[in-house]
Amino acid sequence: MQIYLPIADMPVNIFVILGMGLAVGFLSGMFGIGGGFLLTPLLIFIGVAPVVAVATVSSHIVASSLSGVFAYWRRKALDPALAGVLLAGGMLGTFAGVWLIALLRVVGQLDLTISLAYVTLLSVVGGLMTVESARAIFRARAGKNPEVRRPGSHAWFHGLPLKLRFKHSRIYVSVVPVWTIGFFIGFLGAVMGIGGGFLLVPALIYLLRVPTNVVIGTSMVVTLVTMVSATVMHAATNLSVDAVLALILMVGGVMGAQFGAQAGQRVRAEQLRLLLGLLIMMVGLRFAIGLVVQPDDMFSLQPLEALP
Amino acid sequence: MMRIGRLALFAVALAPALMAGPALAERLIISLSQHRVLINSTFTGVDLTLFGAIEADASAVGRAGNYALVVTAAGPHRTVTTWRKKRVFGIWVNAESRTFVEPPSYLAVLTNRPIAAIADASVLRRRQVGLQQVVLPQNLEGDIADANDPFRQAFVRLKTEQGLYREQTNAVTFLTPTLFRTSIPLPANAPVGSYEVTVQLFSGGSMIADEGTAFEIIKTGFEQFVAVAARQHGLLYGVATAMLSLLTGWLGSIIFRRD
Repeated sequence: MQIYLPIADMPVNIFVILGMGLAVGFLSGMFGIGGGFLLTPLLIFIGVAPVVAVATVSSHIVASSLSGVFAYWRRKALDPALAGVLLAGGMLGTFAGVWLIALLRVVGQLDLTISLAYVTLLSVVGGLMTVESARAIFRARAGKNPEVRRPGSHAWFHGLPLKLRFKHSRIYVSVVPVWTIGFFIGFLGAVMGIGGGFLLVPALIYLLRVPTNVVIGTSMVVTLVTMVSATVMHAATNLSVDAVLALILMVGGVMGAQFGAQAGQRVRAEQLRLLLGLLIMMVGLRFAIGLVVQPDDMFSLQPLEALP
Repeated sequence: MMRIGRLALFAVALAPALMAGPALAERLIISLSQHRVLINSTFTGVDLTLFGAIEADASAVGRAGNYALVVTAAGPHRTVTTWRKKRVFGIWVNAESRTFVEPPSYLAVLTNRPIAAIADASVLRRRQVGLQQVVLPQNLEGDIADANDPFRQAFVRLKTEQGLYREQTNAVTFLTPTLFRTSIPLPANAPVGSYEVTVQLFSGGSMIADEGTAFEIIKTGFEQFVAVAARQHGLLYGVATAMLSLLTGWLGSIIFRRD
């Protein structure tokens, strides 16, 4: 069944979009991620303009992260204070990202920037994740204690001023690194159409040493709020949010996430991380190939955008 | 009697003009099946039918059946940049660009015989017959890309691949020696806006008559509502979309709640 998308200005098969939403929803439920880094490339692949894909996926992530936030809120497994400081940075980052997209559209290098950002980020994060989880699996096989946390260790940023005690997370750190992490997550989220959960979770665990039980809930709150603001800003600045496309994706995503979450509970945590790491690396690799291999067509057309 | 008398008077008044040459011997009468194409949620493209008749007087008798017709439909004019990729540090980036100033975003050239057989090159160029001959102004002041320009060729090729540019030399059919029909194929990705249709009649290598009409493609119903809302009330539209997302997520968490 074909349906015409009013902002993307193209007809699509509604079942293809629904299927994409389901598939990405399944993976996001399984791994506890927003799935933006999978959905944005998929949309670009079926012919949606990158700027529309990035903006529309942000509204999709709102829907998929909200149900998660409710679940963690009921279990009190999130840190409102930490989320608040992260968001203060996240908002500014989102604003900067939306502005950068508007600028790159004019210069004609938006597609390249999105591809480069995906290659760099996904191969680094995917690679680290794969190595780390593979090590954890081997350690578990060898029968050693999988605990790697060193509670006493201090990084350089623990010496920064403006220290704040985050009660739920039981950490006492300067707001500067927290704020900076928030800024980058918001910035990358707006530029790449990703929620940033797969970046924020490791950053909170490994950099700020936040206990794992509050990390996912806190990350989901941050994702939710930055993506709500990204949706509004993209709509106001780039006029590129396709509500019809977003709605079809959301319906598929919300359903798929439920099945994914059930499937995820049957797999061990480090194996899940290994799978996710490999998946992230594969998406990064796909973008890398696209950049390096000689394109079939040297030419491309870009309509002049009437920027407000 | 009055009517015939008036017609005769009209003919007398016109006679000197008619005698000046065969150029006025034919007149085109054309009619489009639709002047307004509506895009709704199930729009997958449409074919517009154009009917036409060649009204010829006595001086044109010898030419009947030897007509060449060119129907050109051109869509909303929008500026487009054509980029050429180059390899920089091992990766392919958009390096060179050429901006075409307000070329038609849709262009169909429909004829009843090969373009080259219609008239000689200079006439074709002057009358802008065919995709090769249509004038595409560039951003460089007063510059017009000639047919061999690689950027122009790429532009026309990419537009053709998108289904937005086409040239069909067997698309105009004569039902009788003076009555013809063609269909203008509008793909699903045809942009919204106003379109001009020009019909040119050639005989013996020169244009002897032309006539124009127009149609428009507009979004309707929900599609139009969404598109207008997004363009004119961006902030409000964004807030509404965010609310919609929150509502969907909330409904999802209620329906599928497991704890």
